[in-house]
Amino acid sequence: MSAYIIPIIFLVVLLLSFVRRKEPYGGFIDGARQAVDLTINVFPYLLAVMVAVEAFRVSGASAYLADALAPALQSVGLPKELAELMFLRPVSGAGSLAVLDGIYSDYGADSYIGRCASVIYGSSETIFYISTIYFSQSHVRKLRYAIPVALIATLTGCITGCYLLRFF
Amino acid sequence: MHLSSYSVIKCNMAIIWLIMLSASLGLMIFTDPAAAVNSMITGAHGAVELSLNLMALYAFWLGFFSLIERLGLSRGLEKLLRPVIKRLFPSCDTETRKFITMNVSANLLGLGNAATPMAINAINRMDTGDKKASTDMIMLTVISATSLQILPTTVIGMRATAGSANPADFLFPSLVATVLSTVIGIIGVKLCAKIFDRKKNKCAANKLPENPSPDMTPTKTGNKKSRRKKRRALGSIR
Repeated sequence: MSAYIIPIIFLVVLLLSFVRRKEPYGGFIDGARQAVDLTINVFPYLLAVMVAVEAFRVSGASAYLADALAPALQSVGLPKELAELMFLRPVSGAGSLAVLDGIYSDYGADSYIGRCASVIYGSSETIFYISTIYFSQSHVRKLRYAIPVALIATLTGCITGCYLLRFF
Repeated sequence: MHLSSYSVIKCNMAIIWLIMLSASLGLMIFTDPAAAVNSMITGAHGAVELSLNLMALYAFWLGFFSLIERLGLSRGLEKLLRPVIKRLFPSCDTETRKFITMNVSANLLGLGNAATPMAINAINRMDTGDKKASTDMIMLTVISATSLQILPTTVIGMRATAGSANPADFLFPSLVATVLSTVIGIIGVKLCAKIFDRKKNKCAANKLPENPSPDMTPTKTGNKKSRRKKRRALGSIR
């Protein structure tokens, strides 16, 4: 079922833009061009964080963290291998992307761990980053209950999503 | 103001980065000092490879989304969202609500880069000089921070790159998680507002008559025109 969704959306968008004379080919190229700048902007962050993540993993510190958090994660039905991802996701987009990439190459994209990681990354946001940047030009300094509410809501969503994964 | 909160962002990640790196180096000095340099260089190589992969994914999805943009889908989405936003942000004026609507629709499409400036605008318009965030500000932040993206494009692309048999097979659980987290977030904000904001609301009620009715009929045509103009200006920023 899910294999059909994206090709169908694609086909509809392509045909619609052709029928409405929106030049699908030129539009696609204009959009694709933006990717170069975006990648260049992300690259240094990605590099810095991946140097740290790789050292963290090779040194065994990552395994200690996973073991320390294992009981908490397993009590809500999440594999302990995701500790690092859960840790970095609210703070850094580049960092969690690097960890996600590592999870795919270590355990496979189609393993339960890989699918769980997909749900967690796909259904959450960089909570701390968003909340600081949104208020960056205002006088507000105290966000009060914003971050706790967002963290609890995201965690509940992720746990439910990973639970549902067992049936899909 | 500007600088201080950017440094907060940097601090968050900078501290975590520092701790991660120094903890691992400290450990490796005792266990396997030769692995230290190797692992860091491996990480750097990994970053090059990953960013090349990401460039391919970004180019693909951005190309696709520019088609969607040209079809005017985000405009349509904004129209659909307007009544919902009106219910969630009852005390905002129409102009602020417009920014919020644009923010939410860009977030739904996964265009975080387009969404952020809209949210900053909306927050600035809600800013009264108070140091504490108002309920509406918190609502906007929580709605964005609990993720709205319908199609997790980066993840789908990365799974395809990693050789997944069906890269989109996690879509349904992920969508449930996204919607559920946002709903819980909204309920949470409403609840917290009821618990913590009672005194504040009473104060705010006295200050209210700032914006009597932005939709008054006599000025409607003028309003519409200026609205359209502003919209166009915003579109070009995007």
